[in-house]
Amino acid sequence: MERAAEILSQYYPYLLNGLKITVLVTLVSGALGTAIGLVLALMRLSRVTPFKFLVNTHLYKRNNKFIVGLAHFNPLSFIARIYIEVIRGTPTMVQLVIFAFIIFVNSDSRFMIASVAFGINSGAYVAELIRAGIQAVDKGQMEAGRSLGLSYGMTMRYVIIPQAVKNILPALANEFIVLLKETSIVGVIGLDDLVRAGNIIRSRTYDAYVPLLTVAAIYLCMTLTLSNLLARFERRLRKSD
Amino acid sequence: MIRVENLHKYFGELEVLRGINTNVKKGEVVCVIGPSGSGKSTFLRCLNLLEMPTKGEIYIEGLSITDPKNDVNKLRQRMGMVFQQFNLFPHMTAVENLTLAPIKLKGLSDREAREKAVGLLEKVGLSDKADVYPAQLSGGQKQRVAIARALAMDPDIMLFDEPTSALDPEMVGEVLEVMKQLAQEGMTMVVVTHEMGFAREVGDRILFMDEGIIAEEGTPDVIFNNAQNDRTKAFLSKVL
Repeated sequence: MERAAEILSQYYPYLLNGLKITVLVTLVSGALGTAIGLVLALMRLSRVTPFKFLVNTHLYKRNNKFIVGLAHFNPLSFIARIYIEVIRGTPTMVQLVIFAFIIFVNSDSRFMIASVAFGINSGAYVAELIRAGIQAVDKGQMEAGRSLGLSYGMTMRYVIIPQAVKNILPALANEFIVLLKETSIVGVIGLDDLVRAGNIIRSRTYDAYVPLLTVAAIYLCMTLTLSNLLARFERRLRKSD
Repeated sequence: MIRVENLHKYFGELEVLRGINTNVKKGEVVCVIGPSGSGKSTFLRCLNLLEMPTKGEIYIEGLSITDPKNDVNKLRQRMGMVFQQFNLFPHMTAVENLTLAPIKLKGLSDREAREKAVGLLEKVGLSDKADVYPAQLSGGQKQRVAIARALAMDPDIMLFDEPTSALDPEMVGEVLEVMKQLAQEGMTMVVVTHEMGFAREVGDRILFMDEGIIAEEGTPDVIFNNAQNDRTKAFLSKVL
């Protein structure tokens, strides 16, 4: 116990600095991920079909598979789907090192690299949350808005999105909690986050217990606080129903 | 007022409407009856383009609604629609449900729109529910708010898609009462319904649909008392 107090009192600035980095990377990448996710979700839901004119061709009417597919092809949705599949289908760690040692190999801001990598990663997950949240709104709502003469965009804005936000916000907050824990791998590209701070203290003091358990406790405190806030927030959302 | 010519609608391979021809005159109340799956709702939903007709023409006061040159949103403003499932906006109060479209589309001020909305809620007997959310209303009250919402845009035509089918039996009357009042005021109405009593009493003309066509049409007296078509007779003998 004395030993623990001694280590922590001497090395706590490392932990504080690491905590700052961890929180900042989470906030920046979370914001970036939400923005990317929103754009991707709207691309997925868009109804842009540049080859629609093919509907009037002979081959379409004869049910030619290729022509029918092309006529209903939505390039925006397709691009978004590829993005989402690639990001969700490869490990975050691999994406991080690719960003650090291939794409941004000439950059020396590891903080920026980590934030962008996690932002891009999180965007793929957020996109699906937002899309699911929007699609969960009853389709009669869109019909009711349109039947009044509101345009698609207006109905989205005044009718669908306000209802979708209620579905999305809790899931989005949860994504932040996941992100907070996931960023614990940024040490591999040399960013001194909380985990790496613990490791540095371990190597300086030859004591693994105190620094690593302290790091775990700090993470736990943060996630418990956040999920507690989230639970309260969800209760409040439900009340207005 | 509404002219439908040779209307066809396919869902994939399935031909749901197989050539509908009819006219609806100004102030006329047309009730569409027929068995489930006969295409009644699809026909109604084609009238305001919630479903895109595969073939054929629909004219609203001479304007073709399938012509891309005509603004669908403008045309829809003139046709109110009432749905089986009400489709009220759950995140808005009753009065906000009524004021959204007039404020956004007709440029009414909040105050003007609210005054008008309160008047309409009074008309459907719900002036005390103006600031209540849909979740706190009964089914019949929801449907009356939905009717008022459609009326808030001052439509020339009202479309009703089985407006009482999702209601508990004791609430059907209050909704039909509002519709009857509307008909007496001279509103042009197309009503898809299973309420034969309403069709007989309020309808000026009955369309009996079966398998995607209008199998028989005529005044309520002709259809209910003197139907010629065997399928009409068979259907009515089951539901009356």
